[in-house]
Parts: sequence; structure tokens; C-alpha cells
Amino acid sequence: MSSTTDYEYQPRTRSGRIANFVDTRAGVSPMVKEFGRKIFPDHWTFMFGEVALYSFVILLLSGTFLAFWFDPTMTSLEYHGSYVPMQGVEMSGAYASTLNISFDIRGGLFLRQLHHWSALMFVMALSVHMLRVFFTGAFRRPRELNWVVGCVLFLLAIVAGFSGYSLPDDVLSGNGLRIADAMLKAIPVVGTYMSMFMFGGEFPGLAIIGRMYIAHVLIIPALILIMIVVHLFMVVVHKHTQYPGPGRTENNVVGFPVGPVYAAKAGGFFFIVFGILALLAGTTTINAIWNYGPYDPSPVQAGSQPDFYMGFPDGALRLMPGSWPFSWEFTIFGWVLPMAILLPLIPIALLFVAMFAYPWIERWVTKDNRVHNVLDRPRNAPFRTAIGAAAVTFYAVQMMAASSDLIATHFHVGLNDVTYWLRAAYFLGPILAFIIARRMCLALQRKDREIVLHGRESGRIQALPHGEFVEVHEPLDEYKRYRLVDFEDYQVQPARANAKGKVTGMEKMRGRLSRWYFEDRVAPVTPQELEAAHGHHDDHEAVGAGSHKAQLDK
Amino acid sequence: MGDHRDGTPQHSGAVVTSDGAAKNQFPDPGLPPHRPRVTDVDPKAAKRAERQVVLLFIISILGSILFFIAYFGIRVDGPIYDVVNTEPTSQLRLQNLLLGLGIALGMFGIGIGVVQWARTLMPDHELVEERHDVRTEEQRAEAQEILTTIYDESGIKRRPLLRNTLIGAAILAPLPFVGLLRDLGPTDLTVLRHTIWDEGIRLVRDPSGTPIKASDVTLGSAFHVVPENLSELGHHDGYLDEKAKAVVLLMRLDPDKVNVSADREDWNVDGIFAYSKVCTHVGCPIALYEQHTHHLLCPCHQSTFDLTNECEVIFGPASRPLPQLPITVDSEGYLVARSDFHEPVGPTYSQRGFAVRDMQGEAN
Ligand code: HEM
Ligand code: FES
Repeated sequence: MSSTTDYEYQPRTRSGRIANFVDTRAGVSPMVKEFGRKIFPDHWTFMFGEVALYSFVILLLSGTFLAFWFDPTMTSLEYHGSYVPMQGVEMSGAYASTLNISFDIRGGLFLRQLHHWSALMFVMALSVHMLRVFFTGAFRRPRELNWVVGCVLFLLAIVAGFSGYSLPDDVLSGNGLRIADAMLKAIPVVGTYMSMFMFGGEFPGLAIIGRMYIAHVLIIPALILIMIVVHLFMVVVHKHTQYPGPGRTENNVVGFPVGPVYAAKAGGFFFIVFGILALLAGTTTINAIWNYGPYDPSPVQAGSQPDFYMGFPDGALRLMPGSWPFSWEFTIFGWVLPMAILLPLIPIALLFVAMFAYPWIERWVTKDNRVHNVLDRPRNAPFRTAIGAAAVTFYAVQMMAASSDLIATHFHVGLNDVTYWLRAAYFLGPILAFIIARRMCLALQRKDREIVLHGRESGRIQALPHGEFVEVHEPLDEYKRYRLVDFEDYQVQPARANAKGKVTGMEKMRGRLSRWYFEDRVAPVTPQELEAAHGHHDDHEAVGAGSHKAQLDK
Repeated sequence: MGDHRDGTPQHSGAVVTSDGAAKNQFPDPGLPPHRPRVTDVDPKAAKRAERQVVLLFIISILGSILFFIAYFGIRVDGPIYDVVNTEPTSQLRLQNLLLGLGIALGMFGIGIGVVQWARTLMPDHELVEERHDVRTEEQRAEAQEILTTIYDESGIKRRPLLRNTLIGAAILAPLPFVGLLRDLGPTDLTVLRHTIWDEGIRLVRDPSGTPIKASDVTLGSAFHVVPENLSELGHHDGYLDEKAKAVVLLMRLDPDKVNVSADREDWNVDGIFAYSKVCTHVGCPIALYEQHTHHLLCPCHQSTFDLTNECEVIFGPASRPLPQLPITVDSEGYLVARSDFHEPVGPTYSQRGFAVRDMQGEAN
């Protein structure tokens, strides 16, 4: 052992000595070596995941402060705090302590509002992040599992938000629980017992706030934390994806090193997110529970809205006609099935299943099982972009339906009419969105071809010798051009016979789907085409040559 | 089209005019040349950027100080009425605003400062790093070997009885913890059938608790009603549970305009009807009475019930009419219940069908 001291590294600077002390005790230098200069690609769309992460950190922080004063009991007491309109009113400990946090703890109102705004930001950022991953194809191999982890996080975030929203035990939160209770009870046979178990008997009982509390401050945040750790671990293992462009290949990562640039930008960004949330919390009232009063099963406020992420199931419930053309409540051997509640939830459940399974669905259709580290620009995957647009529209229609009464009063139209329109949009909206998004992608791809072949419109007009005026087109430099031509031209993969020489029904369906995905496509410009376009100025033929529909039908 | 499953990234050059994939694509020109920023070439600009960043950090320091000034400097004393402009209320709002601004500036100053520092003064050369496979074939083979060794050495394969009993034990061991969930709640569903309404219980106003005379109920008015015996319940004897089932809406309608089925003829008092206020959809309290159309509207999902037809659903997601509470008047002229509801109130549950059957059996 003594021999090691002879060779021991002697740092000269003070920071060097501290680093050396830590390293010789904790052995961190391999980690510094691994991460210190790791390359991260930079793009504004990579920011949303970060925002979600930072919002979660702020939720942990503000939530811990709230937990110092929040009293998760339904024991009833008479309020004697400083908020006059509620003095002398019977209320639960939970509601009283939320009033107390709002009015008697200095900065408590700020903390509550910070917590609630962070919750909204968390779910919002998570959703946009998922959309980014979807539309750029970042979920493809090797990142399928991380997509699944992301989907789990999305569900957990919604549950976290709902459980938190229930805690203050005001009229709105109690009403939310009331609806959750009825949705549980709608589950055939076991649902009623699940509700009795959840509430410790009948709704509302005296148990639910305590149970929601332990779920909200321990179980769900712990699960979210675990999922985030797994998620980030996988990001490090896979390395980040990057957008296509000059110098960016499947085998490299182009970007900035963690230290110092990336760490500074990402770290700085945490403070910016915090600043935005603090500004919102300081200036904008959210969930003014003192206006609603403690939970009481009798009153309800018209026009009251759940948090936005609860909008889509609520809207789905609103759209379903419960008694038209007949009552949707069926009795089978004495068991009652409330289909008016169950039916609208089925498409939502299917949407979630499809969301989890999408990486495998797409892989099955395209037969593409390669590693993808370079992202797709959404226009270059028209089929996927169209599916995403349809799903988003489906979600958005239901979210709008949750505000149908507000839409009606705001635009002075009949409430029932709004519902009829939204019912139509529920079915037609996704189809239209699919068609429009696909057409738009194809149009954008053609425009890209046009730009590659003929340059960018410069806005300058030039007079030709024979008197004609034309706009000067500036040719692209090779870097810009490469950005527009570097994408994959997927082909239809027709149904093939399997090893036994048989084309299975499943395979036929896959073949049809593949055709549907890819029969209209626009190929990237090739060097020959570019040459041809420059040789003789026969613009439209060259542009048209990108569409392959005819050639594929053989 | 090539075999797409060999794991190596490749581009399928797809255009039909081609004679070879390689020829058919633009070559990757590589990273574009680095363009220096002003701060890279002009030391003055760099100095300016540095001063900007310093200023932002100073703003952050001032923001944090502002927080403490607002925290200790503003006293919110005395009762808070509402969000109207009484003295302590506006103090509270001001304090909340300044606390928020202080923290926001404290954070923005650091955040924007550091980002600005990174953008203007740290090197902005893009670097390239090679990717490695998630795992190499070699690693996989090694790992597999290790697993095989572990498996062999454990002897699980050679001693099936050992394996099977372990599986059995491992399945059973967690079950006690599922069992422990049993007492989360009771399983007697009959509580869902009954409310505290009963023969002779007075209808009283919510929340004042005063009884209602038939003559108080004028045409077009609506009363939010609870049973008189509700006030005997403390919060710990299920006050809210009972209230959640027992709330009732009371209205007088023109008897000529109402259709009443034969078995309900004596359930109203000269056109005064009482209906459960709990929506049959997912249980919101029905709060809106449109007196000219004789509709009850649920604010949650807009189910609309027609009072002239025993609260049949005419719009929205509810599938069942609101249960009616049979009422009459007592000797003093106050409205009282004739009995409890004849069916469970509120949202549907699977076992509700059996409840209805039994309850109607009881009633006959
Ligand atoms: C994981 C993500 C989380 C989300 C989405 C979330 C969301 C929410 C929401 C929407 C509320 C209602 C706030 C209001 O009154 O307006 C709430 C309340 C609360 N949260 Fe969270 N929260 C999260 C994590 C946490 C954590 C980690 C803790 C504590 C360690 C916590 C503690 C509390 C407490 C004590 C309340 C009740 C106090 C009050 O309502 O004023 N939360 N939460
Ligand atoms: S709860 Fe009344 S309509 Fe949904």
C-alpha cells in the first residue's frame, strides 16, 4: 500500500485539492470523464422535456412547504381565521388549513399558487414534449421503452394533479371526487366495491382526504421520481436524437458539451422556468378556494371548470347522449350497465392503448426495425404526422366539450347546438385533421423540392432582355440543400407470403396499411434531378417527378 | 428496398431512375464552417456582454432583497373580507405580488444571465461525438454466459421440486398484503338504497332549516330542501353522506300542464313536486331551474330533465329520470315526506337493479 503514496497525484491549486479529496474518497473521476464533455444536441423543441422536469422539481419544493401547514383531515371544526366571510362556518380541517395557508401564513398564498401553476406547467410541458417525440419519430428503435416510460409519466401526472386538486376539500374538489366516485361505480360488478373501498364507505365519508393525501405527497411523487430517473438514465444510454442536417448521421451526435455550454444553458433555463412560475404565482390568482366554500353536496357553481388536463374525460361524458335514441342504461340479468358513462370512455382507453403501442404499430407497418438516431422532420413522415394530428384533434374536441357551456354563453349560441356541433366534430374532426395534415405535409415536401431545384425566391425582380420580368431565385448552398434532401423515402411494403408460402390475413392488413401510409409520397431531390433542372428549365416536370403514386401501383 | 433488419443504418435510395443508391443521393457536406460571433472577434463586444451578464446577476440579488422587504415590510393585520379593496386585503395582494416579483427577478436574473453568458462568451463550436451501440454483440454473449453460469450453479434446473415450491411460496407471500386492504371499506351495499327521508319527515330549507308550508311554494319558485332530521346528525355521524343523498328540489307547477302516472298520483301536493337533486348521470347537484320551460338543468354535463314528464331526460348524458320524493302535508300544514324514495338516488351502480327490485317488493 505504501508504494501508492509515492506516486500519488499532488494537485497544485486549491480547487484541484478539493476535487482530489472528493475523488480519492468517492471515485467520481470516471463520472466526470463520462459526462463532463458529453455532447448534447441543441434545438428549441428539445426544451419541453426540460420544462417538465424543472416544473416537477418546483412541485416537490413548493409541495413540501405546503405540507408543513396543510392538515389532511376531514374532522370538522369551526373556522376562526382572518378570512371574515368564512368565520364561524363548519368545515373540514383540510379546508380550514388551506384557508389558513392562503390568509394567515405569510407567503402561503404565493406557495399555493406556485404549486398549482407548476402543476399546470408540468402536465402541459409533458404533453408538448410527448407530441415532439411523436411527431419527430424519436420513439423508434432503440427508444421504444423510453416512450412507454413517458406514457406512464403522462398518466401519473394526471393522477397527481387530480389527487392534489381534491385535497383542499372545497366545493369544486368535492364535486370532482363525486364524479370520480360515479365513474368507479359505473365499472361492472366490482366498481361499487371499489368506490366503497376508496371512500371507506359511502361518498364522501371521512377517509378520502387522508388517503388522497398519502397518495399525493408520497406514493405518486415517488413513482414519478422513479420513472423520471429511469427515463433520464435511458436518455444517457441512448444519447440524444438529433435533427437531420449536414454532418449529422446515425452514428454521431453533434452538439455542445455538457460542461460548460450545455450545463449553463440547461441550468440557466431552470431558473427561467422558476421565474416564469413565480411571476404567475405572484400575479395571477388560481383556484380561489375561499370563494367556493367548504365541500357541501348541495351547491355547485355553474361554469366551473376542472383543471385543463381533466377536461377530456369530462368532455367525453358531456358529448354522449344518455337517453337518445333510447336509454343507454342496460340491465342484464339484474346487473345494470350505465353505457352512457362507459361508452365514451372506451375510445379514450383505446387511444391510450394505441399511444403505448404506437412504436410497435409503426414498426409492424413499415417493417422498419433499424436504429434511428436521426429524427424525422414531421413533414417527411406525412402518415405519422397525420395520425398524430387526428389524435390531437380527437383529444381537443373532447377538451372543448368540457367547456361547452362557456362556449355557448361566450358566443351567444344555444348550449344544445354547441353540443350537436361538437358531437359532429368528435367523429369528423379527426378524419379531417388526418386529411389536412397529410396534404399539408405533402405540399411542404413539394415546396422543399421546389426550393432545392430552383432556389429560394429572393424577392428581387429582374427584367429579361426580351422584356419579360422574372423573380430571381437564389440557389441554396450545399449545407442548406442537404438539410432539405436528407430524409428517407419510405416505400410501400406489400403483403408477402410467410415461410409456408401463405399470405396471412394479418399480413394482408399490414400490406394495406402500408399502402395507405406510403402510396402518396414525395421523394427527396436527387443530384441527377438537380442537374436536369439546371440544364433545361422545365420546372414543373421536375417537381412532379417526385410523386410516385403511379409507379407503385404495379 | 433491401433488408431493413440488419441493424446498420442505411438509406434506401428509392427513385426509380437510379442505377445505384450511392449515386442517387447528395453527399453529406459535413458540418458547416463555424461562423464567429461578434463577441468572438470584437473584445469590446465581449466586454459589453460580460457587463450585461453582471447586470443580470445584480438584478437577481436585488430581486431576492425585494422578497425580504415585502416579507417583513408589509404587515397584513386584521380581518380579510374578500378580494375587495379593504385595507388588509389589498395589503395581502400587494405582498403576494411583491413576493412573487422578488422571487421571479431573483430567478430570472440568474437564469437569463447564465444563458446569456453561455450564448455570448462560452465557445459555440459544435462538437461531434461518435455513438456506440447500446450494447455490443460481445457484451451480449458475455452476459448470456454469466447468466447461464448463475442458472447452472443455482441448481434450479436439476431440482424441480425446489423450484416449484419456491414459485408457490413466492406467489402466496404477497397475498397477505392484498388481504390487508380488505378493511379499506365496508361491503354492505344496502346503505346505497336508503336516505334519511321517511314518513312524516318535514321538508326544510337548505341551509336555514326552516320548514315549508304548501302556501309558501308559489308558482315558479324553487326550494333547495333537506330533511328536517338531517340537523340531528353531527359531522361525524355521516352528516355529509346523508346530505349527499337526501338533497331535494321543490317546485310548484301548474297541475294541468303536468303528466302524472297512475301510481304517483298522490306523490305531489296540488302541483308541488319534490325531486332528488342528485343527478342520475354522475351525481352533481342539479342547481338550475328554468321556470318558463319547466326544465331542470345539471351544470356539470348539461343533462336536462323535463318537470312536466316526471323528470324524464330530454337532453344530455343522463339515462334515467330523477327519482321523485312522495310528499304530503302534515296537520300543521307543513310539507312532509310520505316515505323514503322508492329507488336509490344518484348515479348508477351495477347492483342497482337488484336494489330497485327489492325496494319495489317492499313498497307493495
Ligand atoms: C407530482 C406532481 C404534483 C402535482 C401535479 C401536484 C398538484 C397539486 C395541485 C393541483 C394541488 C391543488 C393546489 C391548490 O390548492 O390550488 C395540490 C395541492 C397540494 N400538494 Fe401537490 N402536486 C404534486 C406534488 C406534490 C408533492 C411532491 C407534495 C409534497 C411533498 C405536494 C403537496 C401538496 C399539498 C400539501 C397540497 C394541499 C395544499 C393546498 O391545496 O393548498 N404536492 N397539488
Ligand atoms: S352529473 Fe349531471 S349531467 Fe353529468
